[in-house]
Amino acid sequence: MSLSALQEFLAGARALVPLLVGVAPFGMIYGVLALANGLTPAAVLAMSTILFAGSAQLLFCQLVGAGAPAAVVVAEVGLLNLRHALYSAALAPRLTHLPRRWKLLLAYLLTDEVFAAISQQEAKSESGPHRHWFYLGAGLALWGGWQLSTAAGVLLGARLPTSWPLDFALPLTFIAIVVPLIRDGAMLLAALVAGTVAVLVAGLPFKLGLLVAALAGMAAGWLVAGRAR
Amino acid sequence: MNVWLIMVACGLVTFALRLSFIAAEGRVTFPRWFRLILPFVPVATLTALVAPELLLSQGALWLSWRNPRLVAGVIAVLIAAITRSVLWTLVGGFAVLALWSLMLG
Repeated sequence: MSLSALQEFLAGARALVPLLVGVAPFGMIYGVLALANGLTPAAVLAMSTILFAGSAQLLFCQLVGAGAPAAVVVAEVGLLNLRHALYSAALAPRLTHLPRRWKLLLAYLLTDEVFAAISQQEAKSESGPHRHWFYLGAGLALWGGWQLSTAAGVLLGARLPTSWPLDFALPLTFIAIVVPLIRDGAMLLAALVAGTVAVLVAGLPFKLGLLVAALAGMAAGWLVAGRAR
Repeated sequence: MNVWLIMVACGLVTFALRLSFIAAEGRVTFPRWFRLILPFVPVATLTALVAPELLLSQGALWLSWRNPRLVAGVIAVLIAAITRSVLWTLVGGFAVLALWSLMLG
């Protein structure tokens, strides 16, 4: 027997809730840091809807705070979010039968956490006719959690003393994201090359060093991984 | 340029990436090099952001145990490897930063 739309929706939301434990502090940090980088509270909150991508939102704050030009900011955010195209490709075959409004909505909600919840569900249970409601439940649970934690960060950020070195939360958060991703030598090499190049070319104008370093790290990892396979 | 315009541009790019293959309905497939390089994107991009924050002070390399951000960053890497938690990495990193700044005055 296949599940009803409501059952699928609730199952999706339930699958996502445990992931909010990691998402909530992240959203709060973003809220605090975005204020510290000079964004208005309205812009901080709106970005969580317009971008809806945690690490990209932090990157945006960092680059805009440092006065990077618009083209560099857009290029860096696009690069960081390239992985979403991979999720899009993985999910595409399951959505072909849906009307366009569903495709647009689910594409908007397609983030790291939602993709993780969907992958787990597809692995453990047969897909029914209402499976898209599961995706929607997971997506909306994350969306709501992200908006609430961002708002909490904005409230908190307005109360923290400006003398605190809050900007350090950004590299610390990125460290916490990157370290678990390094599972093999090629990944480690990508990180080491990107880090070293970033330090060497930090003097380049318009924060372009970041782009150069990221591309160097990606190329290094790709060369090693390509040879191994 | 207006922050809002940059934000909307970033949002459109992100949405386009998420919609790309869903809209193409499996008619398009990835070239092999693209699939291979994709897993390295977050690691390379984020490490490129972190390294100068830890190693540079006012644009100059500061490779020393007296550099509080470097010491706190290295310990944060260890905490992240063990706990895999954003929260503990933040707590540990800030604790070391505060302690080091205090000790070296």
